[in-house]
Amino acid sequence: MNAGSSPALNIGIFAVFVVITLVVVFRVSRGPKTATDFFTAGRAFTGRQNGVAIAGDYLSAAAFLGITGAIAVYGYDGFLYSIGFLVAWLVALLLVAELLRNTGRFTMADVLSFRMKQGPVRTAAAISTLAVTFFYLLAQMNGAGGLVALLLGVTGQVGQAVVVSVVGVLMIVYVLVGGMKGTTWVQIIKAVMLIAGALVMSGWVLARYGFDFSALLGRVADRGGDAMLAPGKQYGATALSRVDFLSLGLTLVLGTAGLPHVLMRFYTVPSAREARRSVLWAIGLIGGFLLMTTVLGYGAAALVGADRITSAPGKANSAVPLLALELGGPVLLGLIAAVAFATILAVVAGLTITASASFAHDVYLNVVKKNSPAAVASQVKVARWAAVLIGLVSIAGGIATNGQNVAFLVALAFAVAASANLPTILFSLFWRRFTTTGALWSIYGGLGTTVVLIVFSPVVSGATTSILPAADFAWFPLSNPGLVSIPLSFLLGYLGTVLSTEPADQAKYAEMEVRALTGAGAERATGEPA
Amino acid sequence: MDDATTTTSTADWSAVHTRPDFVALRRAQRRFAFPVAGLFLAWYLLYVLLADFAHGFMATKLFGNVTTGLALGLLQFASTFAIAALYSRYANNTLDPLAEQIRSRIEGDRA
Repeated sequence: MNAGSSPALNIGIFAVFVVITLVVVFRVSRGPKTATDFFTAGRAFTGRQNGVAIAGDYLSAAAFLGITGAIAVYGYDGFLYSIGFLVAWLVALLLVAELLRNTGRFTMADVLSFRMKQGPVRTAAAISTLAVTFFYLLAQMNGAGGLVALLLGVTGQVGQAVVVSVVGVLMIVYVLVGGMKGTTWVQIIKAVMLIAGALVMSGWVLARYGFDFSALLGRVADRGGDAMLAPGKQYGATALSRVDFLSLGLTLVLGTAGLPHVLMRFYTVPSAREARRSVLWAIGLIGGFLLMTTVLGYGAAALVGADRITSAPGKANSAVPLLALELGGPVLLGLIAAVAFATILAVVAGLTITASASFAHDVYLNVVKKNSPAAVASQVKVARWAAVLIGLVSIAGGIATNGQNVAFLVALAFAVAASANLPTILFSLFWRRFTTTGALWSIYGGLGTTVVLIVFSPVVSGATTSILPAADFAWFPLSNPGLVSIPLSFLLGYLGTVLSTEPADQAKYAEMEVRALTGAGAERATGEPA
Repeated sequence: MDDATTTTSTADWSAVHTRPDFVALRRAQRRFAFPVAGLFLAWYLLYVLLADFAHGFMATKLFGNVTTGLALGLLQFASTFAIAALYSRYANNTLDPLAEQIRSRIEGDRA
């Protein structure tokens, strides 16, 4: 990235991570695999292991580099953004995790279609699952290209394409060889590295200021002004940008519990109680991590300075690498660069297994093959092929969008999760009268509204920062559609239900609720404890 | 549902569903989850609205260089940890024993 950085060292440390994870993935994945093994690791992870893996899955490079960078450059508004990421877990804890674990087997669609007409609802849930995971995956693969430019000094198109391909191939290998068990271990290893790295760096920053957080803030204010310690620098410019942030905040807090790759993690533990423990561990780790990013962000503002960060090649994303270089020289930078890469790898592997599970279990087995016994046996094979295909498509997507700013795709994934998935999950679990029509209206309505509003927002056209800055067909003023699409999806779910000609299946609802709350008839662990 | 493990018949599930012990379990779960969810969502939205529209208030320094905004943000962390801990205790002490009792009866019936 600049003087003091050593690409060879960065690549070397990353290669060590890859070798270690590959050895682990091959070791934990011996023997034949049933669908339960491949999709849920035999439901044999403990709540603590799964909680660490959830943190590994959830804390993407965007969270590590992006939030820290936002705090370094905009101060308080970056911190404000991070809070939604944590509070969101209470929705998962109180309303979703345990009930989902008790009623589903492999996918989000299992729960949404439990008491509805299988074909249409499962199809809708699978489309929404694939949309969310694909948006997220594309954002990560595109980010990998930007990250190598930043950390490894690979700036040529061809060099970046090679790195994106390597990331994609590694992700395919993790998923094919390791299934959910191998992928989970990759996430656990990465989470430990990420949190350890953040702990070392934030401790180092605080030590520079005699462990006095207020002194650190004082230095930030000296360097960047008092505005760094209060809201407004990023989101406060106009009334519109404030409403846009409100919309983003709502999307973050309601989106997490609707992310299919997060929901699927709850099936990897033996019981609802362990699912609860998973979320408790995840809340502790994610909360602790976000507190550390606050120290790191302000630390970068104090020690590196916002001006130097914004003029570096990766702009705000270079705050963490520059801070690492400032504190510990090329070795610490190499470690942090490897952590950032490990982060991308673990997140894309988790997304790929989620998408391939939904394709094989929802689309292929339950919709196309109507759950025929022969198809039950072949769903793992289909999932493996789906993983290869998804991997190749995301490599192509990552290369094709290289150099473009697709950061909005993460926000779009959260918006679809909050609009299409969460309302349907909550209605399904808690509203007796909810019907197939209500579910379809709410899923397709939420998904459609979100995508349409994004297309006609300043994200795509009509502003200098748009994807198509020359065109202007934007009529929706907000970049984050959640404020409109989330309430609309709830409303559509309600209207679809009250206008249904067919009433809800009361017997199925009784079964679902008894199973959800008691765990009777829930899937047990079949695998060896990991 | 592609679920071969379900042997309990429809009538059984509906019968459990109306029994007083199950009704008590559902009430216990909702009595905690719904109000607390409403409360933390309202508290989060209040915080976002303050950060969005009350810049002056949020910029006030409380102690040292710590502003009201930072203190309220840290309180969001604290309340999240506290709610998680409270729910964990409530679920372990109140919900799990009720659920376990009903579940072992259902699965005992079935065996």
